[in-house]
Amino acid sequence: MKVLVPVKRVVDYNVKVRVKSDGTGVDIANVKMSMNPFDEIAVEEAVRLKEKGVITEIIAVSCGVTQCQETLRTAMAIGADRAILVETDAELQPLAVAKLLKALVDKEQPGLVILGKQAIDDDCNQTGQMLAALADLPQATFASKVELTADSVTVAREVDGGSETLKLSLPAIVTTDLRLNEPRYVTLPNIMKAKKKPLEIVKPEALGVDVAPRIKTLKVSEPPKRGAGVKVPDVAALVAKLKNEAKVI
Amino acid sequence: MTTLVIAEHDNAALKGATLNTITAAAQVGGDVHVLVAGANAGAVAAAAAAVAGVSKVLHADGASLAEQLAENVAAQVLAVASGYSHLFFPATAHGKNVAPRVAAKLDVGQLSDISKVISADTFERPIYAGNAIATVQCSQAVKVATVRTTGFDPAAATGGSAAVETIAAVADGGKSAFVGKEIAKLDRPELTAAKIIVSGGRAMGSSEKFNEVLTPLADKLGAALGASRAAVDAGYAPNDWQVGQTGKIVAPQLYVACGISGAIQHLAGMKDSKVIVAINKDEEAPIFSVADYGLVADLFVAVPEMIKAL
Repeated sequence: MKVLVPVKRVVDYNVKVRVKSDGTGVDIANVKMSMNPFDEIAVEEAVRLKEKGVITEIIAVSCGVTQCQETLRTAMAIGADRAILVETDAELQPLAVAKLLKALVDKEQPGLVILGKQAIDDDCNQTGQMLAALADLPQATFASKVELTADSVTVAREVDGGSETLKLSLPAIVTTDLRLNEPRYVTLPNIMKAKKKPLEIVKPEALGVDVAPRIKTLKVSEPPKRGAGVKVPDVAALVAKLKNEAKVI
Repeated sequence: MTTLVIAEHDNAALKGATLNTITAAAQVGGDVHVLVAGANAGAVAAAAAAVAGVSKVLHADGASLAEQLAENVAAQVLAVASGYSHLFFPATAHGKNVAPRVAAKLDVGQLSDISKVISADTFERPIYAGNAIATVQCSQAVKVATVRTTGFDPAAATGGSAAVETIAAVADGGKSAFVGKEIAKLDRPELTAAKIIVSGGRAMGSSEKFNEVLTPLADKLGAALGASRAAVDAGYAPNDWQVGQTGKIVAPQLYVACGISGAIQHLAGMKDSKVIVAINKDEEAPIFSVADYGLVADLFVAVPEMIKAL
């Protein structure tokens, strides 16, 4: 069984982004970029399923600029077998990415697609569900446990208040939550090996997908600042402030 | 122009997040309808009809909707979607699961986590863990959005008298099946609905300590318990207690952060709280930069002292 793992290149988790002074977006020039953490979890899960012998081939996919090749090389260093870059400089919104992925699902016929539940840049949390809708496939989002057999996948998913378990027929779409696994560190030999793995580049036009954005960003601004309050000397002073000043208890 | 709000419920009760979503829908202007898709959920439909500002409730009842499977709920929404200008879902685990599926089938983009309604087609939403706010315009025929509940006050649960229209439930899609669920029995308020939250971080040291120290404080305050990602990752608290960018977004009247350093991803989930208290022994901890009241102290001493003083 093949598995498709879409990965996104985003501003690194540890970078605190700055809003551009002209309000057109956030400043990402010269900022460290990395693989979206949820996608890293997705790649790791695919590799573990392959190690268990259920999956035979892992195809990593990324949509975006040329530099996404680095993200794909990282995915291959974790253990993906080959990669596809859908290369474009255009702004890609989740619906466009889902359509590109749908075209690749049609072409590659994977039994499973595992992707991160959300990207930490636009915080959309849409692509997996949209892909499932477009491909008319069942979905299990926010996965905390994945058990794959030849014809079904059983997924424990995180929901408000606890967790629930779903069983999906294959092919299926799974999106990862934080605690599905802990991705391994990539080793130097695996980075070297990844450089030799095949990376195919296609254009959105070749897949017949119109990627024009549907939602227009008018401006990006700083969130309202929350000022620091006061330091209180001890517990008694804290409780007095909460009772008499803030009146919240 | 009419907005359809997709109700969040457990077949027995209407969940609070629906009320905040109804407020957002009302701010769009035009009528507000509510869809209750469930099984034996008559009580939910009646509750939705009583919410102030709702002019009609659509009630689909069938076994296919019992477990709120995304495929079936999305199909149910699509079955009634025509004629609506806006489809609003609460930005909860359930709403986020279904909304993109609906948007993709309608071939429209989706707006996630809107925190402000500026006009019928323009909204604000946080990006980069709330470190930036995007003003976005959607000129598509149907605006599909999830609504960040902390951005809107809840609509009054009573005072309305909407008509309830029964509609046919969709058939089961057959590709996914519900196996079971483990929902923690809550003997305290739900995290996203709580007025007071007591939250613990990595400094708690163990799940035993977490319980031993923070539970009595939460009990005393009638508070919900939350946790930072570090505490959850370390196994000190259950996954669904996580407050932050990738966990729950909360905005209680009072948020008490104990032993939480205040990573930007955590602040993203709680900085809209009315009053923030931080107890941490590291006076350089970033949490103090957003706290109304900061106490530099060992939480294992300060929290028990606080319980006594309350």
